[in-house]
Amino acid sequence: MKLQRSSRLALYSVLELASRPDEQLSASDIAAKFDVSLNHLAKVLRDLGRARMVEAVRGAGGGYRFCGNARRTTLKDVVEVFEPITLHDAGGYEPGDKTDFGASLAVVLGEIDDIAVATLDSITIETMLKLTNRVQKQTALETA
Amino acid sequence: MANINEFHEESGITVRNACDGDLLRIIALDGQISGINKQEYWQESFRRFSGTKDGRHFLVAEKDGHIAGFIVGEIRAWEFGSPPGGWVFSLTVDPDTRLGGVATIMFDTICRCFKQAGVDKVHTMIDRSNITVMSFFRSQGMMAGSSIPLEIDLSEREESS
Repeated sequence: MKLQRSSRLALYSVLELASRPDEQLSASDIAAKFDVSLNHLAKVLRDLGRARMVEAVRGAGGGYRFCGNARRTTLKDVVEVFEPITLHDAGGYEPGDKTDFGASLAVVLGEIDDIAVATLDSITIETMLKLTNRVQKQTALETA
Repeated sequence: MANINEFHEESGITVRNACDGDLLRIIALDGQISGINKQEYWQESFRRFSGTKDGRHFLVAEKDGHIAGFIVGEIRAWEFGSPPGGWVFSLTVDPDTRLGGVATIMFDTICRCFKQAGVDKVHTMIDRSNITVMSFFRSQGMMAGSSIPLEIDLSEREESS
């Protein structure tokens, strides 16, 4: 499965902000960390703001912070702000879809969609932060 | 042999082996959540898993004198080709006590029992639509395993043969 760049950037931003709940981070800090253009990130943060996942804090020391519930917000919630997760949601007709082979291929692709949705929907931001910690520890052990 | 009776001071939750007096509450709690009365199933599960049988665990969580949840599992060897490992078959928590750490304490306990018995992996299987329970297991660090469950409606199989 490959997520669009905006979705990945949104996930990185939400995770970065949620991992530092007592801080406000500037868009340029986040852009620098993930090596993306500030313009693209600004658009992503604006969309996340509309979805009430992040909010901008104005004034000196201001920046962005995560304002969702990390135990409730799932990866699916974030991704769906930017792209449809399933082919069914994406809509559109592809040549061959209405043939017998097209119909049976749709059954197989639907199975993959169902698993992808269940996976993204069952992993919260909090769970992702725990996973990140585990990966960090594993990497540290392997490089020690 | 696992004789479990542990009080967790911070949460006020006791995890212990299920006993005869718990069965009706277990059936009711499962019925409340699943919407299906599975009396015979639970009676049979209770007979097989309760007590202190080697590798089998039927644990309940008690809070303020009430059963707040239960967990059932056992160690199985070479199930679907997997080396000996713990399997959790059922995890149920009273909706009124959710987010109170009941499931985590029960899962910690059964994982410890499995580990003490010498296995190093725990498996479970959940319906894709059961996001609440799947999220819980994910929060405990569980990831998709190497097995993929497959199934077929028998009527469909008869039609295609």
